[in-house]
Amino acid sequence: MNKNTRIIAKSLKKRNRSESTFRLMGLLGIISAISFLVIILFSIINEGKKAFVSTQIKLDIFFDSKILDPGNSGKITEIENANYQTLIKASLLNFFPDVKTRNDQRDLLSMISSSEQENLMRTLTNDISLMNTKKEFWLKSSSKYDVINKNPEMIDFAEEDRLISNQQLFWFNELKKDNRVKFGFNKIFFTAADSTEPEQAGIWGSVMGSFFTLFVTLLLSFPIAVAAGVFLEELAPKNRFTHFIEVNINNLAAVPSIIFGLLGLAIFLNVMHLPRSAPLVGGMVLALMTLPTIIIATRASLKAVPPSIREAAIGMGATKMQTVTHHVLPLSMPGISTGTIIGMSQALGESAPLLMIGMVAFIVDVPESFLDSSTVLPVQIYLWKSTAARGFVELTAAGVLVLLTFLILMNSFAVIIRKKFEKKW
Amino acid sequence: MGLGSFCVLIILIATFITWYGNNKALRVNHALDKDLKLPSLPKYYSFYAILWLIIPSTILILTWYIAKPLILDAIVLSFISENTITNFPGNTSMLVDRVKSINIERPFPGTDKNLIEAAVYLKQTLERVQTFTLLGILSLGCFLSFIAIKKIAPAFRARQVVEKYNVAILLVCSVVAIVTTIGIVFSLIFEALRFFDKIPLFDFLFGLSWSPQMAIREDQVASQGSFGAIPIFAGTLLITIIAMTVAIPVGLTSAIFLSQYASPMTRSIIKPILEILAGVPTVVYGFFAAITVGPFLKGLGDVFSLNIASESALAAGSVMGIMIIPFISSLSDDVMSAVPQNLKDGSYAMGATKSETVKKVILPAALPGIVGAILLAVSRAVGETMIVVMAAGIAANLTANPLEAVTTVTVQIVTLLIGDQEFDSAKTLAAFALGITLFVVTLMLNLFALRIVHKYREKYE
Repeated sequence: MNKNTRIIAKSLKKRNRSESTFRLMGLLGIISAISFLVIILFSIINEGKKAFVSTQIKLDIFFDSKILDPGNSGKITEIENANYQTLIKASLLNFFPDVKTRNDQRDLLSMISSSEQENLMRTLTNDISLMNTKKEFWLKSSSKYDVINKNPEMIDFAEEDRLISNQQLFWFNELKKDNRVKFGFNKIFFTAADSTEPEQAGIWGSVMGSFFTLFVTLLLSFPIAVAAGVFLEELAPKNRFTHFIEVNINNLAAVPSIIFGLLGLAIFLNVMHLPRSAPLVGGMVLALMTLPTIIIATRASLKAVPPSIREAAIGMGATKMQTVTHHVLPLSMPGISTGTIIGMSQALGESAPLLMIGMVAFIVDVPESFLDSSTVLPVQIYLWKSTAARGFVELTAAGVLVLLTFLILMNSFAVIIRKKFEKKW
Repeated sequence: MGLGSFCVLIILIATFITWYGNNKALRVNHALDKDLKLPSLPKYYSFYAILWLIIPSTILILTWYIAKPLILDAIVLSFISENTITNFPGNTSMLVDRVKSINIERPFPGTDKNLIEAAVYLKQTLERVQTFTLLGILSLGCFLSFIAIKKIAPAFRARQVVEKYNVAILLVCSVVAIVTTIGIVFSLIFEALRFFDKIPLFDFLFGLSWSPQMAIREDQVASQGSFGAIPIFAGTLLITIIAMTVAIPVGLTSAIFLSQYASPMTRSIIKPILEILAGVPTVVYGFFAAITVGPFLKGLGDVFSLNIASESALAAGSVMGIMIIPFISSLSDDVMSAVPQNLKDGSYAMGATKSETVKKVILPAALPGIVGAILLAVSRAVGETMIVVMAAGIAANLTANPLEAVTTVTVQIVTLLIGDQEFDSAKTLAAFALGITLFVVTLMLNLFALRIVHKYREKYE
């Protein structure tokens, strides 16, 4: 062993140690990135799963004709406009006969969601023979009780931090002891639009809004983007102008999304006077935003088709246009549709530009057309997050879960298409 | 007649023309001599006819919808008497807007009777004019396409013409990208110039105080509002720096591990998982930052008796950093994988360990690409909206302390533009001034980054 090898042998241990530290650092990077993802998903699922059920309270409702139809007219309109709150109150007072003062009675009544009055009315008008009979109902509790029931740790909070008073908590516990409280599937969440009351708010309005918006986006962006991709990749001469188009597309792909919102506000709303908050305008803005994504995907999958296909077609006497439309484009369609679905799922998750064009309004009705005021899933999540009432926190997380479910579905669809149809040349 | 029924009609007509044109071409072909058949397939002749139906009608329809507001104004002004115009408080364009906004079935109580009459007249006339125009466009299209069908003859080479038109249509589609860029630039510049009419550019770029509340009445306190954007730029910078301190180490080490150490198997599993982070909508990150990270940091601060704001820059910035990780990791993974094998082999042959090769050969060789990736990520962070809207503050606060609440350019744009908008106040126009600043900065970053990456790629190809 000469002097140099000895130096090397001595340093080898240190070098090997630094090698393993370096490797460990890389591993740590990966682990922390993945654990971030896990933490995010876990915290959202944990919070959001609560919104899929709601607290329901069993009450015996007596459809008293003295209250509902005092004139004994038997008219449906009379019965429809009757005061159903009194029925619920009577039933509750039946259970808690000691509640005497007006304030206490009001506090007691606040236990049941006000939406249930309409449901009782519906039940009765559908089956008028229920008049003057007693029937058991599972009625939805109001949001405050729902929150307490879902987060038992809040019972120990001080009275002023707890949303409901000691007295109300006592009543609620009495009902619980009598097995009159349960968790039921929260159907309203999947059928209703937004509401000021957490227990009456649902996601369906914004799902429909997202659907209309994405429909417009797809209708506009897919044909334009495929046409542009085909032109740039297959037909365009390589000159300054086409290079300029390419630079433009690459830049648009990196422009912050909120800038597209400003464009929509300034041009679509202020110059073209299209309606605010409409899925039509939202779809147009998102289409401009998705264009680069689909164009780039189209070009990539056109590029992947081997030149031999084109040469064969041209050799058989096809024109350039025929080669593209008959052979190259159909072969690259799986890649293009994968890219389109990914672009659409980006558009589904996008909210910033839609805030600019007024799709951030409080909308109580489920939209039915491209011009109805509406909101979209991610904006609904943002709206609920900005609302102060405690019950909306779970709704927000549940909204996130719904959004993520749609995204997962779309992306797995894209993966399936790619796996099934994409050819390796 | 609305746009919907117009589209249905045009599709019906197009189907008919296809059928008729095909038949006609076949008949013509049949009647011709054997040596002198039609030069193109029948479908090209009908396609040619359809182009003459679709293209002029599309152009005319677009023109109609662009001209519609002007026509509306003209209709209203032609109906309303001089007297009403002079009596109306405000100028004529406000009067026209007022008439347009009247709900005819249930007018607001106390609305001027003349105005309601004008609104009714407007509705009826507009319906008539629109139906007339749309039918006119349709019949013009039909006329043109029937002329096109008349042209079927051996001397007419339909395929060549149709293909030429098709290429032109494709070209128009790719020009949409340029039109969008021009639209962005012009809409931003136009509104921003109106803003700089009211507030000098210098005050905007270098002013130290931002409080865009404009007074509604002249005599209100603090009626002037100040538009110095430095606190906003500083806030954006602070949050971006925090995001980068999270994203660069994690992203870069992940990329090194993936490209140099991981087996192909691990790589194929971990890469898609990291990509999920990029696919999660930003509103989800915003929710996570506001509901989980913010309160967590606040609680942590209480333990160490530090005062951390619940909307601290740290919460928004670190969550944004998580979002940025996959951008950095996948881009730098790509550039590191692109470093030629012979450079690595040379290093191994000299007895270097893997980590030494990475540190002394691969990273220096891939550095331009990595810098490009980081710049792209910075531009992404600067333009990110939802995370900061949901988790960062609204008040402009000039501080370098990450534990305090700061605001960013995007937050200000959103808060200035949500809600009622008066398009002549400096408050709303300020959003466009911020918008153009954001656009210019991100554009510079992107151009620069793309250039670096491009140059780097050329070097090794």
